[in-house]
Amino acid sequence: MSTFLGIPRRAGATPEAGPLRGSTTFPKAARTALADTQLRANLGHATRTIRGKRAAVVDEVPDWEQLRDAGSAIKADVMARLPELLVQLEENVTARGGTVHWARDAAEANRIVTDLVRATGSREVVKVKSMATQEIGLNEHLEAEGIEAVETDLAELIVQLGGDRPSHILVPAIHRNRAEIREIFRRTMPGIDPGITDSPRELAMAARAHLRAKFLSARVAVSGANFGVAETGALTVVESEGNGRMCLTLPQTLITVMGIEKLVPTWRDLEVFLQLLPRSSTGERMNPYTSMWTGVTPGDGPQEFHLVLLDAGRTRALADEVGRAALHCIRCSACLNVCPVYERAGGHAYGSTYPGPIGAVLTPQLTGMGNHSDPNASLPYASSLCGACFDACPVKIDIPQLLVHLRARAVETEAADRHERHLPPSAEAAAMAAASWVMSGEKRFGLAERALGAGRLLAGKDGRITSAPPPLSGWMRSRDAPAPPKETFRQWWARTHEEEDRT
Amino acid sequence: MSSTDPQDAGGGSTARDEVLATIRAALEATKGHEPGQAPREYRSTGEHAPGSEAVLELFVERVEDYKATVLRCDPDAIPETVSDVLAQWGASHVVVPPDFGVEWLSSGQVRITTDDGSLTPEDVDAVDAVLTGCAVGIAETGTVVLDGSGDQGRRMISLVPDRHLVLVHADQVVQTVPEAVARLDGTRPLTWISGPSATSDIELDRVEGVHGPRTLAVVLVG
Ligand code: SF4
Repeated sequence: MSTFLGIPRRAGATPEAGPLRGSTTFPKAARTALADTQLRANLGHATRTIRGKRAAVVDEVPDWEQLRDAGSAIKADVMARLPELLVQLEENVTARGGTVHWARDAAEANRIVTDLVRATGSREVVKVKSMATQEIGLNEHLEAEGIEAVETDLAELIVQLGGDRPSHILVPAIHRNRAEIREIFRRTMPGIDPGITDSPRELAMAARAHLRAKFLSARVAVSGANFGVAETGALTVVESEGNGRMCLTLPQTLITVMGIEKLVPTWRDLEVFLQLLPRSSTGERMNPYTSMWTGVTPGDGPQEFHLVLLDAGRTRALADEVGRAALHCIRCSACLNVCPVYERAGGHAYGSTYPGPIGAVLTPQLTGMGNHSDPNASLPYASSLCGACFDACPVKIDIPQLLVHLRARAVETEAADRHERHLPPSAEAAAMAAASWVMSGEKRFGLAERALGAGRLLAGKDGRITSAPPPLSGWMRSRDAPAPPKETFRQWWARTHEEEDRT
Repeated sequence: MSSTDPQDAGGGSTARDEVLATIRAALEATKGHEPGQAPREYRSTGEHAPGSEAVLELFVERVEDYKATVLRCDPDAIPETVSDVLAQWGASHVVVPPDFGVEWLSSGQVRITTDDGSLTPEDVDAVDAVLTGCAVGIAETGTVVLDGSGDQGRRMISLVPDRHLVLVHADQVVQTVPEAVARLDGTRPLTWISGPSATSDIELDRVEGVHGPRTLAVVLVG
């Protein structure tokens, strides 16, 4: 498997590609993706479908806005009390028979998990879909250590068998259509009926047959966690297919890797997130299965439980007063599905485990941003600032504000770099600062956007953006974009997409 | 955990101290992020009482929406209703949790295995269906929650069989998620079930029935 070239490194002059960093800037990668008509058709169909489902189930909740307010406030409280809550979680997990490990970075987390698997004597683990383990490149690490990691979520399996990379948080194989999936299965699943059709039902049944024996005999499972409850030590996994339940229930040993930001303070807080997450993510009133467990339950489920708490850049994000809001993310993927840039460019263009609007603000913070040769410095520009992501976000992360903030930081980094190399400063630094000021004001974004068109904030007197920094200039060229017209992207999107969204 | 834990040799406790110290430093260096009580203006109860007819009707509608089967019956019609479902499934061998109580299930037709904790996944894979009770039902989301009590059993037995029949009593059904959370013990192993297993991973087309039970029936009593 050659997709992952290494583990993420601290930002440097020549950052290495890895699960959190692609090898080209967003504009370049997007240009390639834009030329792929099959990809665009697949993405257009999928995001349109899921937008419609989400809208229907969100509309029927009378207190949706109050739930969003609560979710947002709970997450802010978590960040403010993170040390005490982590210690509380650790105490409760330990008291109930689990073992807690701490990992400063990806390499440390991978080493801990590998050692734990080795200690069981097993050479194979079954895996529940998990962003955290993708982010650290765990599968590739285990493989290098002679341990096979079997992805059991259908979409992850499609990606794994296809030797491919995930392109969406929730539906990692969203870039593949049914015909392509049939071909992957026919090529890679031993014993599959060669006459299998491309009906989603038949394909899902093939996956069921393929994984059944593995589930029944697996001795070790690796999972992520959607939530960890400090008050009780309970971990939660939200899923659909039952592969999660299989992994969390049948093996003797369970290893869960959880980012330190995935905490909620109390058991009661789950009443908020279990309403926000399924409706925002799969567009269902509730996802088929949610599993919760605390430590070890004698006679029921895994009798050995390890929780690996992962930092890997989260404390770096926490140190940024504005940027840290990205840590509130519950990975629902609603912002991806409503994003016009994501819909066109697809997930791979972002080069990171976390694509789309949330990826554009989370990834550069987890890895840090270098100068313009760092692909992640281009990510804050992977947006038209239309604001649809903010409206969709169940925990009210103001992604447009974060994007502008990070653009300013990218410009600063670039300016410092130019200064060091005795090059003249670039003109956009001032424009960025102005835009950032408008965005952080009280009525800020909506007003400014409606009045001016967001991009006009960055444009010169003649209404053209002439001296964007390197990543933006590349993006601008690729989209052949003068300053945005008076109609904002969001208005344009609503006008041109309303009809297809209704179908 | 203590630093003498053998699994942690190589600096685990150092990692713990370092992560916590870095978080504290990050929080101290930034301002304006005080801990605070979250506003809870959302509904903590529904407008209808648990077990009321309005709640039960909504529950039935929402569970059926997931393509699960719902049957309503009086307490004395449980044996007949359950037998009918099993007959329809062609299920001749079922597994039940230790305290499910199956004296009433007409024997002869159906072989009943009570889980005494010794069944393996392979054993359970060989049965046709599982019967369980539940801890709570949620009308708005069409959900039943199992908490591992004696009438619900180990998580494995309600997972591996291909068909799952859940007995839900009317007074167990609440309207909203917060009412359910308030009734549940958050330290128990919980499984929230909303319809049969499903996937939407292929073109966002929903397919019912993947790894968990492909068929779910809810018998609503009362
Ligand atoms: S940023 Fe918000 S909308 Fe996007 S994935 Fe995270 S929680 Fe969902």
